[in-house]
Amino acid sequence: MRLFKKRPYISIQKSTSQNGPTVPDGMFEKCPQCKQSVYVKSLGQERICPNCHYAFRIRAQERLALTVDPNSFSEWDGEVHASDPLQFPGYEEKIQNVQINTGLREAVLTGQARFNSIESAIGIMDSHFIMGSMGQAVGEKITRLFERATEKNLPVVLFTASGGARMQEGIFSLMQMAKTSAAIKRHSEKGLFYLTVITDPTTGGVTASFAMLGDIILAEPGALIGFAGKRVIEQTIKESLPDDFQLAETVLKNGFIDQIVEREKLKSVISQLLELHVDPEGTLKEESE
Amino acid sequence: MNDVMSVVSSARKTDRINMKDITSMMIDDFIELHGDRVFKDDPAIIGGIGKLNGRAVTVIGNQKGTTVEENVRTNFGSAHPEGYRKSLRLMKQAEKFNRPVLNFINTSGAYCGVEAEERGQGEAIARNLLEMSDLSVPVLSVIIGEGGSGGALALALSDEVWMMEFSIYSILSPEGFASILWKDAKKASDAAELMKLTSSDLLKLGIIEKVIPETEKQEALEKDQIIANMKKEIDEKLFELVRVSKNELIRKRYDRFRQY
Repeated sequence: MRLFKKRPYISIQKSTSQNGPTVPDGMFEKCPQCKQSVYVKSLGQERICPNCHYAFRIRAQERLALTVDPNSFSEWDGEVHASDPLQFPGYEEKIQNVQINTGLREAVLTGQARFNSIESAIGIMDSHFIMGSMGQAVGEKITRLFERATEKNLPVVLFTASGGARMQEGIFSLMQMAKTSAAIKRHSEKGLFYLTVITDPTTGGVTASFAMLGDIILAEPGALIGFAGKRVIEQTIKESLPDDFQLAETVLKNGFIDQIVEREKLKSVISQLLELHVDPEGTLKEESE
Repeated sequence: MNDVMSVVSSARKTDRINMKDITSMMIDDFIELHGDRVFKDDPAIIGGIGKLNGRAVTVIGNQKGTTVEENVRTNFGSAHPEGYRKSLRLMKQAEKFNRPVLNFINTSGAYCGVEAEERGQGEAIARNLLEMSDLSVPVLSVIIGEGGSGGALALALSDEVWMMEFSIYSILSPEGFASILWKDAKKASDAAELMKLTSSDLLKLGIIEKVIPETEKQEALEKDQIIANMKKEIDEKLFELVRVSKNELIRKRYDRFRQY
């Protein structure tokens, strides 16, 4: 009997404990603009890249918490949800899954809130819901937002974020551009103020309707703003496009937005603008009575 | 190729009735008016004034072109922002002089290019939608070939929208639709089936009010016959619309799009 068995190889045990350097999930995030890895806590509550000031995409509820007076928000039309006008295969199921995964009913949250004590109608699009795409539900909620604001003589502050039309709703999605624009016209004709805040990304049918119709249009730094997608244009013209193409900074130079405002300053700038549009003589109210 | 895809290819044929046929065969004394007064003239959209059975009208429409040279010059009917701004200028002019507006649409979509973006393609379309929603004169739109996306809608926020029998109207081309949803433009024919983009489907869905026939008893009609029929229909509709008060006209137009 051999006391010591000699093996021709050395067995290396697979380590089950984590001795080496490890990074728990969610500690770092890559900034989509400067491509740097950013320590999540350094993004702060506002979720802004400390390197390039890109404002990360945030959820409608986060936006609400950052922007309006605490407990001042009351939701409108929360029950409105997508129908399936073309009976598109798999669409209803997709909506249900997204609703479960995001906890959102649709791609826009609307209601009334106060900004430094000034009452306003407010809409916030959420790119986490099928890329903020506009179908009947989104169009209907935004149309009602303007209609109710017109009735109540309120300004509208609308944060846009959308990849464009909701493909699965086809032509009905296209019609939302007309419906919302017509409601904005009525609101505007009454002398009421509409402030658009364009956030990343805002493209397609949303750009070609309510995003570009604000009396004043603000944008967040680094927001993608355009009509056609970059890939579509590159395919059309068979050339690649510069990195800053369609960024808010470029769109500002081209003359289509009024100002780029950093997220930390948004609430105060919005409040200031609303304040400048308060109607001290109450002439609007008299007319409507 | 399925039935729907054959309608798509009919809608794209270069020998279809085009804007030049309409301005020469339907409109008397057509005078073309150029330019957006800001940047330049966009040949993708033709605009002007003339008479339809003695009534002065403003006529606007896409021209895709029938020869390669014309295709290049008109950019295959895909307008830049200045095209939409020209159309809006002419519609506002029509409003001033109380002339009805006739829009004839044939575009695969607003042009997707660098300069179009730089000059605000989205803003130009949005502005048309906003202003057309309360234009105080009758506006009638007919899709005569392709009606693609926001680029078509920018001329179709009207009192009534009609389509020629073998035209299409959709959120996007079937190829673009397939490429977005399934990352495969070759599935265009599957997309076309699902999209409901033919005149008969859209009539059923209540997106349009009328189909202008291109056939009779399954026989293709001659161009001049189709145009004569269309002219009669338009004339009757205008006779009705010019008698509606301005407020009523705008309210009905609002309600028309509100229902979607």
